[in-house]
Amino acid sequence: MTTTTLVKAFLLTVPVAFLATQLLRSLPLLPRILLGIVAGFGVALAAVLWVPSGIMSYLVSFVIMASIYAVLTLGLNVQWGYTGLFNIGIAAFFAVGAFTSALFTTAPPSGALAAFSQQLFGFGAPFLVGLIAAGIVSGLLALLIAGPTLRLREDYLAIATIGIAEVTRLVFQNERWLANGPQPMRGIPQPLHCLVENPVCSWLPGPIAGLFDGFTARDYTFVYLFIASLVVLVVYIVLERAIRSPWGRVLRAIREEESSVAMSGKNVAAFRMQSFILGAIIMGMGGSLYAHYMVSIDYSHFDPLYATFLVWVMLMLGGSGNNRGAILGAFLIWGVWTGTTFIIDLARPALAAISSDLPARGPYLRYLLVGLLLLLILLYRPKGVIPEEKYVSQPG
Amino acid sequence: MNQSVSNTPPAPATQLRPGERIKRILGSRTAGVVILLLVILALILVANAQGVTGNRLLSLTVRGVMLGGILSLGAIGLTLIFGVLRIPNFAHGDLMTGGAYLGLLFVGFMPMGNPIGPFSFGYEFLIAMVGSMAVVGVVGYLVDRMVFTRLRNRKSASIIFAMSSIGVALIIRSLVYLGWGADFTFFYRGRPRPSIELFAGIRVRPDQLFILGLALFLIFLVYLLLEHTKMGKAMRATADNPDLARVTGIDTERVVMWTWIIGGALAAAGGVMYGLDSQLRPEMGWLLLLPLFASVILGTIGNPYGALVGALVIGIVWQTSSAFLDPAYGPGVAFLVMILVLLFRPEGIFGKPR
Repeated sequence: MTTTTLVKAFLLTVPVAFLATQLLRSLPLLPRILLGIVAGFGVALAAVLWVPSGIMSYLVSFVIMASIYAVLTLGLNVQWGYTGLFNIGIAAFFAVGAFTSALFTTAPPSGALAAFSQQLFGFGAPFLVGLIAAGIVSGLLALLIAGPTLRLREDYLAIATIGIAEVTRLVFQNERWLANGPQPMRGIPQPLHCLVENPVCSWLPGPIAGLFDGFTARDYTFVYLFIASLVVLVVYIVLERAIRSPWGRVLRAIREEESSVAMSGKNVAAFRMQSFILGAIIMGMGGSLYAHYMVSIDYSHFDPLYATFLVWVMLMLGGSGNNRGAILGAFLIWGVWTGTTFIIDLARPALAAISSDLPARGPYLRYLLVGLLLLLILLYRPKGVIPEEKYVSQPG
Repeated sequence: MNQSVSNTPPAPATQLRPGERIKRILGSRTAGVVILLLVILALILVANAQGVTGNRLLSLTVRGVMLGGILSLGAIGLTLIFGVLRIPNFAHGDLMTGGAYLGLLFVGFMPMGNPIGPFSFGYEFLIAMVGSMAVVGVVGYLVDRMVFTRLRNRKSASIIFAMSSIGVALIIRSLVYLGWGADFTFFYRGRPRPSIELFAGIRVRPDQLFILGLALFLIFLVYLLLEHTKMGKAMRATADNPDLARVTGIDTERVVMWTWIIGGALAAAGGVMYGLDSQLRPEMGWLLLLPLFASVILGTIGNPYGALVGALVIGIVWQTSSAFLDPAYGPGVAFLVMILVLLFRPEGIFGKPR
C-alpha cells in the first residue's frame, strides 16, 4: 500500500463519509460523524485498491459533475423548496458565476493570444477569490431581477427569470469584449493543480508536499473531487443550520401562508429577497466549480435544458424542501442523464431501422426524457423520493 | 408594518405621502401610455444619433407592425389560456413551433402547386395551415385532458401548471428535433422571395402583406367569437371572475375545450406565418416565448385586445431597436419593456389598478 493510495483514499473520503453519515441517521450526531468518517475512509481505500483504474476515473468524474449539480440543486432548494420562489432562470446564475470566476482567475491574454481572445479583465486571482466573486456577482444579479418582480405574482417572477436567463445567454454569446463570446474562454486555472505537478507546490511544507510525489496529471480529478465535495458539504451544513434557525422558519411560513407571516409583523418582501439572493449565490458558486473543472467554457454550456430544467427535475425528484433529497436527486438524475448516452448508443440500430436520419438525432431524445420526467414527477410523485420532513427549530 | 402598497385600498389623494403620490401618478394608464411612447421615442432618437436614416426607421417600423401581427396570434392564445384557465403556458412558443412544422409536413404531403400571384406559396400552403391549426388546437385540448385537468382537480398552484407546461414544451420540441433535425429549413426551399416597393422607398415582400392581412382576419374572427357568441361570453366571464362564472352555471368543461382549441389554432397559424416570414427552426417558438409574455403582460393578462396592442408595441420596439443593436437582442429588448411595465404598471395598460 503506497502513500499515493492512502492520499487518494483520503481525498475520496469526503463524499463517501457524507453518504455514510446519511445512512446512519439513527445514531446521535457525534458517533455518527466519527463512524461515518471511519467507514468512509475504509470504503474509499477499498475502492482505490480494488476498483480498476478506468472505472475509478469514470466514477470520480461522475461524482464531480453530480456534485456541481448538487450545488445548483441546493441553491434552487433554498428558493423553491423553502420559500416557494419559482426560478426557471438557473442558467443565468450558473453562467454568471462560471464566467465571473473565469474572469477573476485567468490572466488577461497577452502577446499573440490577445489577437484571438478578449476579455473584460483578468486578475489571475486564486480559485477561492473566483468562487467568492462568483457568488457575489450572481447575488447582485439576483438583487437586480428580484427588485421589480419579487413583490408581484409568482408567475411574473417565473417569466422574469426566464428572461434574465435568455438575456445572459445572448450577452455571453454576442459580446466579444466581455468574455470572448461566442468563442470559448480558455485556460481557466485548476485549483491546486500544482499538487500533481513536479515539483509539487513550492509553498507547501516539505513533508506534506512529499505525500503527493506519486501523483500524475491524470490523478488531478481526485484533488478536484475533494474540492467539489467539500463545497457541497459546506453548503449543505450552512443550509441545514439556516433552515432550522428562526430565519428558516419564517421562509417556510411564507411558503405556506404568506399573509399570516405578514400579520405577525415580519417583512415578507425582505425575507423573500434574502432567500432568492442566497439561492443565487449558491448557484453562482456552482458555476465557479463548473468553470474550473471544465477549463474552457462558452455560452452553449448554459443551455436551459441542462442548466435549468435538469436541475428542476433533480430537485423535484429528490424532494423539494429537503437538502438531502436535493443532493440525492442530483446524483440520481445525473446518473440517468449520463446513462442516456449508453441507451441512445444501444438504440442506434433500432433508430436507424425507422429512418436513416434518426441515429444522428438520438441526443435529442434527452429533451423527451427531461420533459417526461418532469411531467411524471409532478403528476405521480409531487413530493419526490424523500419528502420534506418536519423541522424542529433550534433556539437561535 | 405595511408589506405591499398595492394591497391597501386607495386613499384620497390628499392623505398620500409624496412618494406614494408619485407612484400612483406613474401607475396611471395615461402615464403607462406616455412611458411607452417615450421608450419608442428614445429608441428612435438613439437610432437617429447613430446615423440611421428616417427612411430606414420607417421601414423598420413597418416590419415591426408585421412582426407584431404574427406575435399577436401567439399572444392572444396565451392571454386567453392565462386569463381563462389560469395557466401560464410556457409551452405556447413550442405549440407555435409544432404548428409550423406540422404545416411543413402537410405541405410535403400535397403536390406542389404554382405560386399564387406575387406570393411565394401555392394553395396547398393554405390548406396545410388550416390543417395544422386544427391539429394543434386538438392537441392543446388533449394535453389539457392528460395533464392540466388532473392538476386542476387537485387544486394545484398556478406555478405547478407552469412547471408542467415546461415539461410539455420540452416534449414537443424533442419531437420536432427528432422529426426534422436541428437545422433551419423553409416551406419552399430555394424559391425566390422578391420584395416590392410599398411607398416612399419602403420595401416589403408580398408574403409579409399577406401575413399581416391574415393575422388581422383571424383576430377579427376571434373578436366575433368572443363578442357575439355565447361561448365567447362565457370565456370572457370566466376570465373576469372564474368563481362567479362557475356559480352562474357556465359549463367550465366546454370553456376549457374552446379556449385550448382557439389558443392552439392561433398559435399554429402564428408559427406557420413566422416560418413563412423567416425560416423554420426548432427553437423558434422558445425564442418567441419572452416577447409573447411581454405582450400579454403589457396588454393585461386575459385581455385579447390588450394582447394585440402589446404585440404590436413589442414588434415595433424589437424591429426599431435592431437599427442600432444586434438583432439577436430582440427578445432581450422585449424583456426590458416587460420589466418597465412590471415596475410601473404591473396590471398592464388595460388593467384595473389594484
